[in-house]
Amino acid sequence: MNEPLSKDAVAHIARLARLELGEAELSRFAGQLSAVLEHVEAIQRLDTAEVPPTSHPFELVNVLRDDERSACLPREAVLAAAPAAQDGRFRVPRILGEAP
Amino acid sequence: MSRYTITGETGEWEIVVGLEVHCELLTKTKLFCGCPNAFGDEPNTNVCPVCLGLPGSLPVLNRRAVEMAMAIGTALGCEIRPSSFHRKNYFYPDMPKDYQVTQYDEPLNVEGRLTLVDGTPIGIVRAHMEEDTGKTTHMGGDGRIHGADYSLVDYNRSGVPLVEIVSAPDLRSPEQARSYVSELRAILVATGASDGRMEEGSLRVDANVSVRRFGGEEFGTRCEIKNLNSLRSLVRAIEYESRRQVELLERGGSVDQETRHWNEVEGRTSSMRSKEEAYDYRYFPEPDLVPLAPPAEWIAEVVAKLGLMPAQRRERLASLLGESSEAIEEQVATVIDLGLDDLVVATIASGADSRLVMARAANEAAQQPDAARQLDPERFGELIGLEAAGTLSATQAKAVLGELLTNGGRPADIADRLGFKALASDELGAVIDAVIAANPGEWDRYVGGDDKVAQFLLGKVMRETKGRANGKLVAEALASRRG
Amino acid sequence: MSETEAFAGGALAIAARVRSGELSARVVTEAALEEIAASEPLLHCFNTITAERALAAADAVDAKVLAGEDPGPLAGVPVALKDNLCTRGVPTTCSSRILEGWRPPYDATVVARLSAAGAVSVGKTNLDEFAMGSSTETSATGPTRNPWDPARVPGGSSGGSAAAVAAGLVPLALGSDTGGSIRQPAALCGVVGLKPTYGLVSRYGLVAFASSLDQIGPFALTLADAAATLQVIAGHDERDSTSLAHPVADLATELRRGVEGLRVGVVADFLSEASGSCAAAVRQAADALADAGALVKEVAIPELLHGLSAYYLIAPAEASSNLARYDGVRYGLRVDGDDVQEMNARTRSAGFGDEVKRRIMLGTYVLSAGYYDAYYAQAQRVRTVILRSFARAYEDCDVLLAPTTPSVAFPIGAKTADPLEMYLSDLFTIPTNLAGHPALSVPFALGEEGLPVGVQVLAPALGEGPMLRAGAALEAVAAPGARGPVRPQLGGPLAGVAR
Ligand SMILES: [Mg+2]
Ligand SMILES: [Zn+2]
Repeated sequence: MNEPLSKDAVAHIARLARLELGEAELSRFAGQLSAVLEHVEAIQRLDTAEVPPTSHPFELVNVLRDDERSACLPREAVLAAAPAAQDGRFRVPRILGEAP
Repeated sequence: MSRYTITGETGEWEIVVGLEVHCELLTKTKLFCGCPNAFGDEPNTNVCPVCLGLPGSLPVLNRRAVEMAMAIGTALGCEIRPSSFHRKNYFYPDMPKDYQVTQYDEPLNVEGRLTLVDGTPIGIVRAHMEEDTGKTTHMGGDGRIHGADYSLVDYNRSGVPLVEIVSAPDLRSPEQARSYVSELRAILVATGASDGRMEEGSLRVDANVSVRRFGGEEFGTRCEIKNLNSLRSLVRAIEYESRRQVELLERGGSVDQETRHWNEVEGRTSSMRSKEEAYDYRYFPEPDLVPLAPPAEWIAEVVAKLGLMPAQRRERLASLLGESSEAIEEQVATVIDLGLDDLVVATIASGADSRLVMARAANEAAQQPDAARQLDPERFGELIGLEAAGTLSATQAKAVLGELLTNGGRPADIADRLGFKALASDELGAVIDAVIAANPGEWDRYVGGDDKVAQFLLGKVMRETKGRANGKLVAEALASRRG
Repeated sequence: MSETEAFAGGALAIAARVRSGELSARVVTEAALEEIAASEPLLHCFNTITAERALAAADAVDAKVLAGEDPGPLAGVPVALKDNLCTRGVPTTCSSRILEGWRPPYDATVVARLSAAGAVSVGKTNLDEFAMGSSTETSATGPTRNPWDPARVPGGSSGGSAAAVAAGLVPLALGSDTGGSIRQPAALCGVVGLKPTYGLVSRYGLVAFASSLDQIGPFALTLADAAATLQVIAGHDERDSTSLAHPVADLATELRRGVEGLRVGVVADFLSEASGSCAAAVRQAADALADAGALVKEVAIPELLHGLSAYYLIAPAEASSNLARYDGVRYGLRVDGDDVQEMNARTRSAGFGDEVKRRIMLGTYVLSAGYYDAYYAQAQRVRTVILRSFARAYEDCDVLLAPTTPSVAFPIGAKTADPLEMYLSDLFTIPTNLAGHPALSVPFALGEEGLPVGVQVLAPALGEGPMLRAGAALEAVAAPGARGPVRPQLGGPLAGVAR
């Protein structure tokens, strides 16, 4: 039996997923996610020791393209979609840490 | 190489370094789309739905990138294996999908080895494929990330193919780390997969550094240092970071496993962790790509196309040159660095004097490497032959070579055109006799055993012949006349 | 010309008349646009109606006909596109606030192929936000209503497409099916819904929900129309690495082949899980196929019931990653913050609805350190178990017969409070997606409250041929009135047009 998800655990997941959740949401999600996890728990009891995982429905391999140019998008179109742009680039608020 | 240690207050410490080198591949297009893989274009002009991560777009793998990755693997003695791509999930504004497509538990190349120039073998754990991120510019403050007001993002680099080469923690000094990167760079350039330019970011090095008591077996906690964009930074950062860790440990503290940023100006590393940030990459198989299982014939094709690696080139030259010296090693390094060793080898093979070929290649030809790479070994051999036979003096030979590289032609014709008429030996004999006759005092002193005077006499002969005489032959003639 | 006349006979009939010059594409398009506008206040099938573009496209078709050029197999047929298919210059919202205002700079492959075939796109249909749902209630633009009973859901997530076809607003629509999102609403709305083999139709330009499960397919009133649409959109696309290189069978021929000798297995395990009318419809369907010469038997594939659990681990996991890109940096909504992390989090919290947040959270959790093996990896192994058990069943069956849904359309709001209850709506459709197989829902009977009931035909990978053969046999004997168009309670120009 899996432990139900605590509010703290939900808050941690929310941080990983870049979601800002209020107290009420945290509690609600904790309950709902716990219920789903409890339901899916049945498959954890299936004996799959000898079963390999499937991540693609079919066993295609080596799908490749030639190293050839194709058209780029016009920069105006690209930046027109941006919530904020400056000097031909996308503008974002300050970044607190380097990329990991 | 003597052991590198850090002397602390409580004893000797040893450093353990492993390097992760990201190498941008010289493909025409990006890893998963047909946008140009180019450096220095106007921001956000080399982008499309795929490399911008627009909703609905899908990746398709670049065949040439795979070939280059396999070439790198082969050059590093790796086993090429069936592999797959995963998604590495984390949020960062330079990453359009907020995940990086990379190879995780099934990398393309595994278990290789790089031998340093001094013979030390360094293990290669893996060399896997992944996509590059965009580029962020920090605005306001002093242009660095901390204190910046906001940032601007350019996605031209997003999706450029990378191979990440991960070494084993086998390096034991900053100097070894430098030597590893320098040799790796030469290998990458030799495969044709990389231009090896660290300053442009096409080669980027991260260093995992830890320390332990000298002679210890267990590894200490490591820190990963980023932003090492020159060999000098690499050495300084490892020196700084290892000393920092030693001081920390000796004060009774402990090293946190973390990523640290090298600040070139301040000469120190600092923690990159930001408040409350949690990382957990949640790798899982990339469902939009299918596995990569290069068939044996494809691998064989790539291997067959691979030229000689720097170590093989060094060996090849060394065996042609016979015994070695520091000066010769330097010439060998220069010639290989500039890609002139094929010329040298072919010229020597045509029968030319090996030392002379090497000297002219490493000194004069090296001034114009682009032209020198086009030089016909037969012509180069002719020139060396004229010099070796004394038909041309060293000065004349250099002048002819310069002309040969700039305008081409036959060395003998060039020499004629420059007025470098070969000096007949009877003509030379007459000049020498005249010089002796005109300087009886000096001649007597020379005959009396004062060797220093030879230089004076030789100079006179050279002046008389307007430099057309071969100095070696003149010296020999003077000596034989002395009896 | 009235709408009923213009639409008579469905998509292929319209195309035939437009191609012959007997009917103009403009007239058909105008009729469709009129119907859509009139129905919108009640049904809300559409997020965006592209009247001008549609008329221009129709005129282009008419011009081709006039010039004696081939206007394509779907010439002049109005088609509605699920609003998670990218359309160049036309808003593509996924019914989410987070994509508000975004106009893709490119067309999805299916959109380009439909338009090349002469079909006229009239607009973008409503869906559960990012296709996450089974009722079209999680849409940020409000729910779509079931034309059979506007107090009920049309199913989901392609509810707008299903309802638009069911209400006779368009003869054709495209949807996407990740866990049943074409078949389930097709069943609840009394129309044909077809989910092709994974990789048969390019996903390029389909905004991803769960990439290893998503597949685009058609809604239509007849099987022949659905098959003709599939014929147009199927086929290899070099922009989708998972696109199959396999040539597409001639589906129209398959439709006419009959079921003589076709081996049909009835999935017994599902019957006990379905409501009275849904289970009964499958039994009737089995009898009808046997009468038509098929070899029918019951098969037990209990492993399929584990599909739901595996799905609710795999799909959210992939979704959590696919939806990370909605971060306020490059397109769509941004809610400002003091730093980029805060901006990301505020944007995503304001832009995503509850169901999307739940699935992102669930997916993030099952992939996170320490839980991957117990949840995600185990679900992938169960996926293998399901593939194997299907393979066993198909050793002596050509197709399988099952209910599409556990019940008929439920009232709006009935399941919104309990996500798990909602998830169970897809119990019978999910295994097909996990296996990458094709499946079809045929409107077959009328059930509780006179609402439509669908029967599902499942087939192995690339088994579209036998699947359509069985489907055609069922279509031939379906209860009169079990399929659309249906127009109850519609006001305006539609009043009185109902059958
Ligand atoms: Mg990496
Ligand atoms: Zn691109």
